[in-house]
Amino acid sequence: MKKIAFLLIVLITFSACNSDDDNNAPQFLISVSHSHNWDGDNVSSDDIGTTEYTNENGEVLKITRLRYLISKIILTNSTGDEISIAGNNDYNLVDLSDNSTLNYATNIVVPPGTYTKISFVYGFNEEDNVSGAYPDLNTANWNWPGGMEGMPNLGGGYHFMQFDGTFAGPGIGDDLAFNYHNGTARVSDGVFEQNFITFTAEGLSIDSNTVIDIKMNLAEWFKNPNTWDLNAMSTMLMGNYNAQIRMNQNGQSVFSVNLGD
Amino acid sequence: MRCFLIILTTFFFLSCSSSDESTNYVPTPVNLEIPPLFNSLLLPPLIPNDNPQTLEGISLGRKLFYEPLLSNDGTQACASCHLAEYSFSDSNRFSTGINGEMGTRNAMPIVNLAWNFQNNFLWDGNASSLEDQVDDPIENPIEMNNTWPNVIATLQATSDYPNLFEQAFGTTIITREFVVKAIAQFERTLISGNSRFDQYLLGDSNAITLEEKNGFNVFMDENRGDCFHCHGNEFNPLWTNNSFHNNGLDSSFEDLGLGSVTGDPLDYGKFKSPTLRNLAYTAPYMHDGRFATLDEVINHYSEGLVYSNTIDPLMKNIAEGGAQLTDSDKADLKAFLLSLSEPGFTTNPAFLNPN
Repeated sequence: MKKIAFLLIVLITFSACNSDDDNNAPQFLISVSHSHNWDGDNVSSDDIGTTEYTNENGEVLKITRLRYLISKIILTNSTGDEISIAGNNDYNLVDLSDNSTLNYATNIVVPPGTYTKISFVYGFNEEDNVSGAYPDLNTANWNWPGGMEGMPNLGGGYHFMQFDGTFAGPGIGDDLAFNYHNGTARVSDGVFEQNFITFTAEGLSIDSNTVIDIKMNLAEWFKNPNTWDLNAMSTMLMGNYNAQIRMNQNGQSVFSVNLGD
Repeated sequence: MRCFLIILTTFFFLSCSSSDESTNYVPTPVNLEIPPLFNSLLLPPLIPNDNPQTLEGISLGRKLFYEPLLSNDGTQACASCHLAEYSFSDSNRFSTGINGEMGTRNAMPIVNLAWNFQNNFLWDGNASSLEDQVDDPIENPIEMNNTWPNVIATLQATSDYPNLFEQAFGTTIITREFVVKAIAQFERTLISGNSRFDQYLLGDSNAITLEEKNGFNVFMDENRGDCFHCHGNEFNPLWTNNSFHNNGLDSSFEDLGLGSVTGDPLDYGKFKSPTLRNLAYTAPYMHDGRFATLDEVINHYSEGLVYSNTIDPLMKNIAEGGAQLTDSDKADLKAFLLSLSEPGFTTNPAFLNPN
């Protein structure tokens, strides 16, 4: 009997707490998802290894693997206050083959207001791109060579993207590999350029429950402003400064956001 | 008032648990001995909530791992094909079961499996947990060819096992679940993280030779070995990505690998990337043990790649057969790979036959 009495009292007490909090809580939820397309045609895990795409240079390719890193998703309201839409680690390794990675953060409660700007980083910025600092990314083999003295050094930190696939060679059955891997750009021994991209979308009006879909148009990696010739640059691009910078340039136009309920 | 109630409630629940626990036997919890680099660079090991590591469970699992009574005719144990001296793999290309039949794959080494976060075990990913992996060989007709009811009855009839199960799991009633749990606990203790290369990474600059250091450069160079995309790096001390790849062994497949499990033609010919730790002891190499030496393995990636439609794009220069390493690079790479071996692992008294 005593136990029941205690439980009842506790229940009532905590119910009261919740009730008080609810009165002040903003019922305003933000979720973030990732979607992919090829010039508007939806790309999903079902397309891996099956669907053929023709890039700007006319090469016919198939996707084998697409993984990339998105970090520091921030909403800014009309008065300039910033809210981090953080997952567990403030970054997300998106994997096209793993649908569970396509929903970065769900039902994040944000203070009331009108949010007019969203920004995020493709890859890691210089401050965050610390070699070996993230156990889950180490386990995922996501490291970019470098970070230890006297060892191979492309600038260290982590990959920003691994986009692997095949494209048609000169004859049937002559498919060739491409490894469109992006990260820090090595200029020369010990000299590096940060190669991340900060994406910003302004003029938004987010003031109620919203799903922010971060869209990647894969075709853009191959066409704007640099028409990518896979026959000239397909593999061994990590230490190729020109390739890394061109990836960054083309990457400026691959992302967009779409707001939904 | 709320604080008072919360404190009162806490006492109430604590007293409840205390009286409940007094009637339950609890084996002695044990933490895995985690190498320093694993501790700083990797996520914590995966220990299932329903199978925590305990002193008694590990001890029982070790005894069972070396127990020939698990097989139908009492001649073979797990350790018959997973020998400590070979980093718990088999030096034979294919292991021979109790009826003299051979398998079609090389026995995988058992090392650092608590860090397989993808939870897909075996060359083809056909086991979704370590406990699941332990379960299969017992009834496999070309391995132990036993039945679980027979295993249970045999162990139950011994003079020592019922007591050992009671110490490990609080009951003398032996079950299939407890057998696989105990062996899995033992297997999770098979941790290797103290090779010379680990010592080098931990600050002993004299732990490796110049040749081995050069070899690591080849390993990490996308234009040469490009091994790191599948086999780890100085920040991934597992030296595997625990994923599946077609690494260009054959133009067509007798063994579908991952594809035999998923049924997806896009997975045909894909096999798990094995760890590169303890390669000094784990020959022969590849899922079917086709390469007797590390030289053959390196030559394969350098000149021997064969095209098939599921070959991983990370296999480059296929038309030329691969990476085209120089003899010097090959020698250095081999030296580096061997520096990931830990002699103490194969002779660790805690891992050897207690029976």
